[in-house]
Amino acid sequence: MNSPDHAAPGLPGLFAERAGDYRAGMHHCTEDELPGVLAGLLAAAAKVVLPPGVPAAWTSGLAVPTLLDDRGLTAADLDEAGLSVLTGCAVAVAETGTIVLDAGPGQGRRLLTLVPDHHVCVVRDEQIVADVPDMITALPDPTRPLTMISGPSATSDIELNRVEGVHGPRRLDIVCVHPAI
Amino acid sequence: MSRQLPIVAITPFPQAAAHELADTQLRANLGRATRTIRDKRARVVAEVADWEPMRDRAAAVKDEVLDNLDELLARFEAAAVAAGATVHHAADAARANAIVTELVQEQQADHVVKIKSMATQEIGLNEALEAAGITPIETDLAELIVQLADDTPSHILVPAIHYNRSQIRELFARRMPGFTATSDEPAVLAGAAREYLRRTFLAAKVAVCGANFAIAETGSLVIVESEGNGRMCLTLPETLIAVVGVEKLLPRFADLGDFLRLLPRSSTGERMNPYTSIFTGVTAGDGPQRLHIVLLDNGRTQVAQDPAGRAALRCIRCSACLNVCPVYERAGGHAYGSVYPGPIGAILSPQLTGQDAGFNKTLPFASTLCGACYDVCPVKINIPEILVHLRQTGPKPAAERAAMSTLSWVMRDRRRWRAALRAARSGSAPLRLIARRHGGTLRRAPWPLSAWTAHRDAPLPAAESFRDWWRRTHEQS
Amino acid sequence: MRIALFVTCLNDALFPQAGIATVTVLERLGHTVAFPAAQSCCGQMHANTGYAAPARQLERLTEDAFAGQDAIVSPSGSCVAHLRAHTALPVYELSELLVDVLGVTDVGATFPHRVTYHPTCHGLRMLRLGDRPTALLRAVRGLDLVDLPEPEQCCGFGGTFALKNAAVSGAMLADKCASAASTGAEYLAAADNSCLAHIGGGLARHPGAPKPIHYAEILAATGGIRE
Ligand code: SF4
Repeated sequence: MNSPDHAAPGLPGLFAERAGDYRAGMHHCTEDELPGVLAGLLAAAAKVVLPPGVPAAWTSGLAVPTLLDDRGLTAADLDEAGLSVLTGCAVAVAETGTIVLDAGPGQGRRLLTLVPDHHVCVVRDEQIVADVPDMITALPDPTRPLTMISGPSATSDIELNRVEGVHGPRRLDIVCVHPAI
Repeated sequence: MSRQLPIVAITPFPQAAAHELADTQLRANLGRATRTIRDKRARVVAEVADWEPMRDRAAAVKDEVLDNLDELLARFEAAAVAAGATVHHAADAARANAIVTELVQEQQADHVVKIKSMATQEIGLNEALEAAGITPIETDLAELIVQLADDTPSHILVPAIHYNRSQIRELFARRMPGFTATSDEPAVLAGAAREYLRRTFLAAKVAVCGANFAIAETGSLVIVESEGNGRMCLTLPETLIAVVGVEKLLPRFADLGDFLRLLPRSSTGERMNPYTSIFTGVTAGDGPQRLHIVLLDNGRTQVAQDPAGRAALRCIRCSACLNVCPVYERAGGHAYGSVYPGPIGAILSPQLTGQDAGFNKTLPFASTLCGACYDVCPVKINIPEILVHLRQTGPKPAAERAAMSTLSWVMRDRRRWRAALRAARSGSAPLRLIARRHGGTLRRAPWPLSAWTAHRDAPLPAAESFRDWWRRTHEQS
Repeated sequence: MRIALFVTCLNDALFPQAGIATVTVLERLGHTVAFPAAQSCCGQMHANTGYAAPARQLERLTEDAFAGQDAIVSPSGSCVAHLRAHTALPVYELSELLVDVLGVTDVGATFPHRVTYHPTCHGLRMLRLGDRPTALLRAVRGLDLVDLPEPEQCCGFGGTFALKNAAVSGAMLADKCASAASTGAEYLAAADNSCLAHIGGGLARHPGAPKPIHYAEILAATGGIRE
């Protein structure tokens, strides 16, 4: 069995490669560069939806309006055109390029990352585990609502042609935050 | 309930298959689809160093479930109820349909959104809801296509694989309100389904789903999908009804570590599917506030009693066995007359219904026993062995039974066997002279061997049997 | 080494050449072959068609016929697989005996022809014969072994499947024959005469297609052209 090895240097690289295979947008930066990178990715959004608990630094560079979810946002609110949602994640899986949200701080309710058309997710190196079994044991509370995301929504139902973006966000950007050297 | 369950074949498999074989478009679509998926599967399975031990572990976990079904069901129920779910038990399809219908009526909903679910197909839930005036809306793209066409799925994973893009465009134009696209690009068609279903999701009060796994330890349900229609159904409506076959249990949450590696790689040939949702009971302010779980038996505890056949209940519905099956590839899903097609269908449908139901007794014979299904099955179901077991325990034609016992009577005695070999040789001598021969083979034989020579020449008994040769060369010196 | 031959009922009646070839190869390698005359059928056909009781009687008959033998060889992958699953007999498919037990791949054969090999389902997936048969064929002098496209695809025989599901069986056979014909080989070899009877019956209707041959016959050949 694989054992969780948070420090393994190969994991962030493998995660980025595998998540990129699903045609998620992959971006890399240090903690200091993060506000600038996020501001760039979200510059074209009409509004940015934020779950409670998103660090203030992440939004410090944003030039567009934000919409903090106080649990009052409805699916219809979130269905407005041009919305992006910005979240962190609970854990990420290198082998499969998967991010896992567990409704913890900075992740929010499930519909926040479902209805808007664009999802930006911040992943820190130390959150990346080797494979799925490590992820399963790394989850702090398995009874929270869990969503495992491996690339944007997709279908292959028509002549087996892969089409990205059926019902979930059509665009997924993952920002990998590496320690400064 | 007089309506026949959609797991009962109403036509013998050989006839149904012969009919489907004539559809060359279907064969071309199926051949391309199964080849593509099985190549993808082979690539991602080859990446996993511990694939074989993982299959063994997964099979053992599922057997543990079958050994302790009652206890694990009780544990699941207790955990789910503690987390806010309501649990119902349905002994058969009619009961399950009645429970779901009542629950929908309680919410005064006239339609429900549905996630693709084999269990609800197995019980004919859509037809039952329609009979009660409730419109079920399939939200998986392929299921939507099949539903709009008033057709039935032909594959577990890609149910609309028998349609091509222009057929789908034409269908949407006819049946999908608001559809105006003129292109048949898959992206355009998927986009149209998105627009159409988005309105539906936002308005839906009740969703119906199945589950890929149900975790006894935590009371959680696990749903594996690609498109996000599942997440929509699991998140937006206020009421969620899950119909879950009792064999979907896993004892522990940690068991998912193996099963979530096995399923996507076996099924779509991906390292991981785009979305997996796991939820436990009700979470205040997040997702449905009413969760009903209908635990479906419908023959399963009966099957679990048969030591030789029960491994069929390990199945996680990945459809890998369909994609490698040479019979499925040619006959297609409809020939099996059940929502469960292919090798798994051939062992599951007759066990769930009993072999006397319709023509389900013909399904265990719909295989050459080539073993390709067993090789790929992530939970190591020995499908050929169960096919043989069902053949041995099922009803058989009297004439065949008589012929088989005569043959074995002849073979059990060396003098009778030797005499039979000689008789066959001299009996076939005229054939050698009369029949049109091609390198020693016979082009047209009388019934019952005419079934053989319809497709191929038949061999003739040898001029000298092996044992006569042996006696001549090794015993008479 | 003393080796007992299980020739199989099908070979005994219809394809004695496979048994004769097996004896020829083993005797040429200096071994003594025995043929217990009480043998007939392993019970596979009865079992797979759904008749457990007669199958069991034939399995017991085979066990009795071969009681006390140290090594049993058979030129039929499917019968070996059946006996291995249902009896305790030390039974080997010919290539297993040659490669694993006797440790030879060059059996001193000459067969100057272009040959393609179909690994039958039982050989491939139940016995896991792997490259044993092709290793033996590659060592045959003059033999040009060419790859069969999609070799792992079942030929569609399946015992009584060929009769009960004649249409599907015929469609599978047509694809296998097309694969075989595309190789340009003179012979299509395999380790099971049941599959070969079916494939050969189809090939006989394809002008210019390879001729069916049990690979034991190739291993027995010493230069002369067959027939
Ligand atoms: S029988 Fe095995 S291979 Fe077939 S669908 Fe079920 S789990 Fe998958």
